[in-house]
Amino acid sequence: MLILGQPWMTNVVLEARELTAGYVPDLPILRGVSVRAMRGKITLIIGPNGAGKSTLIKAIAGLVPISAGTVNFEGTDITGLRTDRLASHGIAYVPQNNNIFRSLTIRQNLDLALRRGSANGVAVLDHLFAQFPALAEKQKDKAGSLSGGQRQFLAIAMALAAEPRLILMDEPSAGLSPKATQEVLEHARVLATSGVSILLVEQNVNQAMRLSDHCYILAEGRNQIDGPSDDLRNDSVVGEIYLGGRRLRSS
Amino acid sequence: MIGVLSYLVFFATTASILAIAVLGLNLQWGNTGLFNGGVVAFFGAGAYGTLILGGPPQEGMVGGFALTYPMALLGGMAVAGVMAWIVGLLTLRLRHDYLAIATFGVAVAFENLMRNAEWLAGGAKGVRGFERPFREAIGDGFLYNLVFFVAVLLILIATYVFLERLVASPFGRLLRAIREDEEAAQSLGKSPSRVRLTAFVTGSVIMGLAGGLYGTFYAFVSPQDVLPTLTFQVWAMLIVGGAGNNRGAVFGAFLIWGAWTISGWALSRFAPVEAQLYTGSVQFILIGAVIVGMLVWRPQGLLPERLIVSQQGSNPVNKRGE
Ligand SMILES: Nc1ncnc2c1ncn2[C@@H]1O[C@H](COP(=O)(O)OP(=O)(O)OP(=O)(O)O)[C@@H](O)[C@H]1O
Ligand SMILES: [Mg+2]
Repeated sequence: MLILGQPWMTNVVLEARELTAGYVPDLPILRGVSVRAMRGKITLIIGPNGAGKSTLIKAIAGLVPISAGTVNFEGTDITGLRTDRLASHGIAYVPQNNNIFRSLTIRQNLDLALRRGSANGVAVLDHLFAQFPALAEKQKDKAGSLSGGQRQFLAIAMALAAEPRLILMDEPSAGLSPKATQEVLEHARVLATSGVSILLVEQNVNQAMRLSDHCYILAEGRNQIDGPSDDLRNDSVVGEIYLGGRRLRSS
Repeated sequence: MIGVLSYLVFFATTASILAIAVLGLNLQWGNTGLFNGGVVAFFGAGAYGTLILGGPPQEGMVGGFALTYPMALLGGMAVAGVMAWIVGLLTLRLRHDYLAIATFGVAVAFENLMRNAEWLAGGAKGVRGFERPFREAIGDGFLYNLVFFVAVLLILIATYVFLERLVASPFGRLLRAIREDEEAAQSLGKSPSRVRLTAFVTGSVIMGLAGGLYGTFYAFVSPQDVLPTLTFQVWAMLIVGGAGNNRGAVFGAFLIWGAWTISGWALSRFAPVEAQLYTGSVQFILIGAVIVGMLVWRPQGLLPERLIVSQQGSNPVNKRGE
């Protein structure tokens, strides 16, 4: 059903509809979750621990079986896609934990992430090293020797190495200092401006709200509320119920 | 003097052949984390394959194709590879323990098939009548064994170099990445099941090579050569030598084969006559004890894997890597 003027012909890149998904049969974690990611925008997903944010990302990435609902990427149905086919569709996934290979060097990590047979591998690497100078300096070091923030940058650089059109990022700021968090999020902003779409899960609600375009709040495996990030941020009801009101406004 | 020397050559040939099999297992277990509980089946496929393909025609048996030796040996390796490919295709997508059970089952089935299929493998009598390569030119006896040993040693070295290169290649890096984090590797577009299958088949082909050389050495193979004992010994060699380290694999093969030989000799020499019957069982218990002891006190083996994961960025000692 692809009619001219349908949202994804214009700016919806990814649309997940009514997803039911879970780790074991008959125990759904997601119960009818729907989200959309727009081209060149940062779409934020927030919610309490255990809300199902990571599960949503994993379901889209093909790591958690979907029992109902659909995932559509640029007009193609990718529901239940095999994870190793994601990259070839133009989607990159940055897992919440263990997103780099510690026993390999930084350069080897990036080589692994480059698309196979990509003619301009060297150019892509040069471009990445220009974006992440700290990684360029440490190319020959084991990735396990990087600091937490540097690891996140490496994970993001690895995602970018495949030149994706959409990046699924699961808490890229986990365990980072406020300053490093800011850097990571600002980098996401730069990427989005350059045309890459981003579906971002974050715990640092304040910072992420400011840098994102649209925001979904999930709780207990369901959509709660969504809207432009600026509106939600200033909405006192939303603030009270979901975001721990006072903290939000005071900062 | 020549007796001792001749025995040493004999010992070193067998140890080198086993070392090749241990290298194959190291690619599967040490580098890829695949538990092959049926090493002997792939070893046996190489041995039977080589002798059937390269041996003379015999009454009542298929085979006896009398291929030239290199073709026969490669054919034996191919038989091992095809077997591994089928087993791998069926089990590698499933949970890891299924591979262990499936390979164990394959080994039992293989032994039974060889024992019973007279038309294929001569049944309990085994495959005989194989003409060892260059025997006419070199003759039997010590000289032949010496030349054969040198050839086996060269093949061992070639296998070692091949595997060292493989581990350092992009494919080797991919193996490590998948072992470290399968989901992350998948999300970068890598297919763990395909990579594992490649490693499993390659390791099994190497075991087939060892089996082919073994069959050539004795010019004979029978169901007695494909008992589970061999799987057990090859595993002991890898665990003691150090899984993940190719040098450890070779070292473990010589060490355990030495211990096996010496214990066999000592038991036959010093054990009371009425216990002589049980020599084999006692050796088993000893090997089992060595495996358990290793796993308890030095699970990484005598020469552990060199996996350098430095924790602190500022620690230059750890930067040697690779
Ligand atoms: N591998 C798993 N197997 C079974 N259940 C899981 C698994 N991972 C998560 N869950 C369950 O799914 C639910 C949602 O988890 P999920 O990781 O999606 O939450 P989250 O919103 O990402 O939380 P956090 O903010 O802590 O990362 C939780 O109840 C959790 O117990
Ligand atoms: Mg999570």
